[in-house]
Amino acid sequence: MRGTPGLRRVVVTGTGVISALGSNTAEFWQALSTGESGIRELTGINPDQFRFRHAAEVKGFDAEALFDSKELAFLDRFAQFALVAADEAVKQAGVEWTAGLSERSAVVTGSSFGGRGAEEAGYWELFHNNRTRVHPLTIPQSMSNAGASHISMRYGMQGPAYTVSTACASSAHAVGQAFWMVRSGMAPLAIAGGSEAPLYLGGLKAWEAMRVVSKDTCRPFSADRSGLILGEGGAMLILEPLDDALARGAVPLAEIVGFGMSSDAGHITQPSPDGAARAMRAAMDDAGMQPEQFGYINAHGTATEANDRSETAAIRSAFGEHANALAVSSTKSMHGHTLGAAGAVEAVACVETLRNGILPPTANFTAPDAACNLDIVPNQARSQQVEACLSNSFAFGGLNAVLAFKRWL
Amino acid sequence: MSDETIQERALRVIAVKQRLPLESVTPESTFESLGIDSLDRLNILFDLEGEFDIEINDEEAKKVETMQQMVDGIQKLVDAKQQKAAEAQ
Repeated sequence: MRGTPGLRRVVVTGTGVISALGSNTAEFWQALSTGESGIRELTGINPDQFRFRHAAEVKGFDAEALFDSKELAFLDRFAQFALVAADEAVKQAGVEWTAGLSERSAVVTGSSFGGRGAEEAGYWELFHNNRTRVHPLTIPQSMSNAGASHISMRYGMQGPAYTVSTACASSAHAVGQAFWMVRSGMAPLAIAGGSEAPLYLGGLKAWEAMRVVSKDTCRPFSADRSGLILGEGGAMLILEPLDDALARGAVPLAEIVGFGMSSDAGHITQPSPDGAARAMRAAMDDAGMQPEQFGYINAHGTATEANDRSETAAIRSAFGEHANALAVSSTKSMHGHTLGAAGAVEAVACVETLRNGILPPTANFTAPDAACNLDIVPNQARSQQVEACLSNSFAFGGLNAVLAFKRWL
Repeated sequence: MSDETIQERALRVIAVKQRLPLESVTPESTFESLGIDSLDRLNILFDLEGEFDIEINDEEAKKVETMQQMVDGIQKLVDAKQQKAAEAQ
């Protein structure tokens, strides 16, 4: 697709992240580039009631200091994360909202659970306290598009705005679709990303019942990996045409060059290496690039038995011999699995990887697994400048989304 | 009902919940031979935990291949629960 007449080159000019690794991109990258994990014992909810005790929680988040009380009444935690991340990204990009820009700019967000935490609070009152009604704002708080709507309202963005919900690939699909809209000229700018706040009782119990949450920590690709660690947070990227960005004096942070998606059409929870490999190939084709041009993959790398084995096979299938020369790390070992926000959080990790010439490690690694025999950058970040990278997101339900980024020189 | 052994109860729960003919679920049956996949296994653990009011450890559960191993594991957990209850009295 790249180089097709009429298609615009698209760059990332701003990023925002709130996660267990801090409240902005700088803190996020500081932790990733030094291999520091944000996984700790749960504090927001009593861990004694679960079969696991750890999560990657956002620490010291003071919503009342960030939002006025009237605004806060409409915002579940997941929408708060969306707005905080968008705010940082818009400021970094230095977006000037002219009438023409506002009218056509796009907002695409991803979230798997949306504001179910707010819903749960209302249902708790119904089921336990014999209340007969819930808060009148339960619907606007809990709807999964609340993040997109609030971003659109805050900046007066009146173009395409919607939310994608594809479980753990939600915000990768969101960023990819926004990229295509900007590339085609449909939107002159997009805010794209995702957010998730899944650390509420019912959500944690549902994950516990899946028996995929580690009682220890997140050890992707490690022989003794024992499951994922849930995380919360949000990330947003500003995407705009390269020539427009340069014309207004913005600094491109990286170029977004490809997006590929596929469906396993297989099993509802067991991943297929074939589906994942097809999404990676589609992203590289979309970028008009060869496997040999990529030096790094930010893996889906959940640290479940099934994902890491399947993802390794998929990477070997998509990259052939070049898989041996690729660095592949899972930053989920540090920021946890932020579910619907993961694709966007990891897209920001890719942008920073390309900008800084440092590969973030796979933290908590203890022992190699023959079924995951890739260069997974164990435990220590590595000084290495790669020219292009992929970000993998593979959702339950077999829905795969892969983004391709290129270094901006 | 009360005359049912732990083995009979466990096999009955698995057969009924998995919609398998009761006679097809024997101590010698394996998950594989019964065509039970990873999600079905999750459901079985959930059903057995409910039936016996026990908590089955993930790591232990992963090692189980045959119905006999499952029944033995449940027996251990039920015995431990009863001993705990007896001590509490």
